[in-house]
Amino acid sequence: MARRRVLRRIAMAGGHAGVLVFFVTFLAFPFYWMLMTTFRTTIDLHDVNKNPFLFNEPPTLEHLKVLFEDTQYLQWLINTGAVGIAVVLITLLLAVPAGYALARMTGPWAQTLGIAIFLTYLVPPTILFIPFARIIAVLGLQDSLWSLVLVYPSFTVPFCTWLLMGFFKAIPRDLEEAAMIDGLSRFGAFIKVVMPISIAGMLTAVIFAFTLVTQEFVYGVTFITSASSYTVSVGVPTFLVRGDVYFWGSMMGACLIASVPIAIIYNFFVARFVAGFTMGAIK
Amino acid sequence: MTTVTAGAFTASAGWRMRLADNERWLWRLMLAPAILYIALLVGFPFFLALFYSVSDVTVGSRGMSFVGFENFRRVVATSTFWTAVWNTLIFTIVSQFFVLLFANMLAMALSTDFRGKWLVRLLILLPWVAPISLGSIGWLWIYDSIYSVINWTGQAFRILGPNEWPIWLGQPNLAMASIIIVQIWRIVPLATVILLAGLTSIPQDIYDAAAVDGAGFWRRTFQITFPLLMPITLVAVLFGIIFTFTDMIVVFVLTRGGPYDQTQVLATWAFFTGIQGGDLAGGAAVSLFLFPVLVAVAVVFLLLARRAEVT
Repeated sequence: MARRRVLRRIAMAGGHAGVLVFFVTFLAFPFYWMLMTTFRTTIDLHDVNKNPFLFNEPPTLEHLKVLFEDTQYLQWLINTGAVGIAVVLITLLLAVPAGYALARMTGPWAQTLGIAIFLTYLVPPTILFIPFARIIAVLGLQDSLWSLVLVYPSFTVPFCTWLLMGFFKAIPRDLEEAAMIDGLSRFGAFIKVVMPISIAGMLTAVIFAFTLVTQEFVYGVTFITSASSYTVSVGVPTFLVRGDVYFWGSMMGACLIASVPIAIIYNFFVARFVAGFTMGAIK
Repeated sequence: MTTVTAGAFTASAGWRMRLADNERWLWRLMLAPAILYIALLVGFPFFLALFYSVSDVTVGSRGMSFVGFENFRRVVATSTFWTAVWNTLIFTIVSQFFVLLFANMLAMALSTDFRGKWLVRLLILLPWVAPISLGSIGWLWIYDSIYSVINWTGQAFRILGPNEWPIWLGQPNLAMASIIIVQIWRIVPLATVILLAGLTSIPQDIYDAAAVDGAGFWRRTFQITFPLLMPITLVAVLFGIIFTFTDMIVVFVLTRGGPYDQTQVLATWAFFTGIQGGDLAGGAAVSLFLFPVLVAVAVVFLLLARRAEVT
């Protein structure tokens, strides 16, 4: 009896470890492979008979040198950062007040309106990019990063409004009411009491708005045609893959550099993000 | 009471104070900018898409006129359109089936404490956080026709015969399978994290009570975990469907719809028709075939929200 229980324990632990190993391998392998490819020489990459998991030749920095010296990769990183910052600012300006109003409004409209705003987040770029292409052309913004700054808030604002609404709802009403008794207006209480204690929530919204911007592909590939205005997620696949010769080492380096830093920052915020993200939907 | 104190303040700031305290107007003012922006940048283009789909607009010309359902008729008459519809359905259904399966397994494995959990979490989140187009390029290299590491490993372990060297992105069925694998890879982390949040919100005493009653692992899983996890699972699935049904990144980067349009999905076909082909009207018509599924998903969301309100 006791032995059977021990065996079962071992089986459970083994199954647990097996599941984890399988999924970590599946999910993280492409990134490990990017890392390996970045530092292997081209000759080594192109030898089918050698073990691709080993450095058959000494590691090289050549691919990264090519990436930064012969392509506009650095410019793409800067473009992504600049667009990201501008979009984040617009998003905060619009979504913070909207989120607060939705969190504190009472009456039948409040929830309906919140859900309506959230549903607009689900309208995908693949339905909107064709009319947008025309609108951007009429405004004379084609091939300009301003087109992205204008359009990206169309998905970051609904998303962040929803997220922030969740965070503001979690703040007890008593806090503002106490401040209002002390002579602050409702708006004053929002600015002086609610905003300071919501810094963490707003930071989460900032991170996610920024990630959405770095991820976006469809609008970027539609509006931007010259290489110097690409963002990272558009520049690498459209510019570096276009030729017949694939510079795999440089491309993998490009993917890795743009992916990993965000992933690490993201990891710190993920729990709070999920709380805000799913709260409205299932509460 | 607050208005009384506000009135006692300086007279010049009086109207501003009153506004800042009049909640009805305050809420409207705080919501207006966001709603206006969304109406202009989501609502307006959306109606424009509807309008384009019944017009003869192209990239080159300025004028456009009403042509009724001509575009839809034209689009539906091409065989590529039906390939795209079929592929979109296969792509969504197969990938989301595996996402649901995998995310459940992974979320349950992650719900217990173990050493190095933060590292595991970081690693499994990578595909979701990294720009998808860049992750897909990583797969492009993994699937490479000559230097594919999958083929090399398969040969090293004698899974593949000496002359077997599958061209992952070059044969229609393999290409479809490859694309589906990348889509699963991309959505599993998000679904896992959502399910994990659901798992941790189930109170431990329910499990304790079940354990006292002698319920085993499978019994607990099927009779407690799954039913209680149902609403949040639905949320995860709905997001997976949206991000898969309407997305073009993975297909665009890996195959551009090839070989011979055999992996084309509705989103990529809309892009190639509307933007690269210059046929804005045709592209808009194709993309509007995505709309019924969006409506269905929105309805489910609304029902979920309604039910949450009642309970």
